[in-house]
Amino acid sequence: MRLKIIVTLSVLAGAILAWNLHRIFLQVPDEASQGAIFRIIYFHVPAAITSFTGFYIGMFSGVGYLIRKDLRLDSIAASINEVSLAFATITICTGSIWGRIIWGIWWTWDARLTSYFVCLLIYFGYFMLRRAIDDPTTRARLSAVLSIFACVDIVLVWKSIEWFRTQHPGPVLEIRGGGGMAPGMEAPLWWNFLALLMLATALVLIRTRQEGMRREIDALRRHAHAF
Amino acid sequence: MSPQNFTFMFYGFTVAWLIIIGYVISIALRERRLRQELDRVKRMVEENEQANTRRQ
Repeated sequence: MRLKIIVTLSVLAGAILAWNLHRIFLQVPDEASQGAIFRIIYFHVPAAITSFTGFYIGMFSGVGYLIRKDLRLDSIAASINEVSLAFATITICTGSIWGRIIWGIWWTWDARLTSYFVCLLIYFGYFMLRRAIDDPTTRARLSAVLSIFACVDIVLVWKSIEWFRTQHPGPVLEIRGGGGMAPGMEAPLWWNFLALLMLATALVLIRTRQEGMRREIDALRRHAHAF
Repeated sequence: MSPQNFTFMFYGFTVAWLIIIGYVISIALRERRLRQELDRVKRMVEENEQANTRRQ
């Protein structure tokens, strides 16, 4: 059943991404002031929203572990956070390439970029912490607490373009209170978000199964050492 | 529009896809390693159990 869901989600995500690539390159016109480079938005923003969504679900799974002490919830949290970190890396890399053309620089320490970079560092720290702790319950507890702190930073990342007027542009999409995009330009962005979300879900399902295998290995090892 | 604009758009999309593909490959490699480890540990447990039965 799980395999069927993974395959279905992956195929659907692949089909939407392929169809969207066609639209982005052949149907969507160049943006008036930015030219072709603006098309990076179709990966940059959906990857960012996917990562934020994932980090929050990961945090809630961590909180679930703190309440119910079920290690499966910790595995789910770790799987979601890892996949979200991959999408956050996409966001920061594509943003940097975009900035090189539009701002003339690869990187600047503005509010949005810095808070997002801090978020990435916290999640890299999250996985270093998980590797460093052998005891599963201590690992799960500390990971959950760290992901709560990380999600406080995500609020700052999300609101930074409203609170601070620095290098990164303010809200563009209408749902964020921005002016919106021209008709026909915004739809591929939301389709890409849907595709990335489906891809992320498929990857989380695979990673969760792997975390289950890891737990099984640990349990068998303990069993073997008990002899 | 400068050709650099188009080139960097290409870089952006390439980087995004490379990160996704790289991550999928890393997951696939981990899957294989975990399966091998699981088989090894299961064999080890079976051998331990057999040795324990013989001793008894």
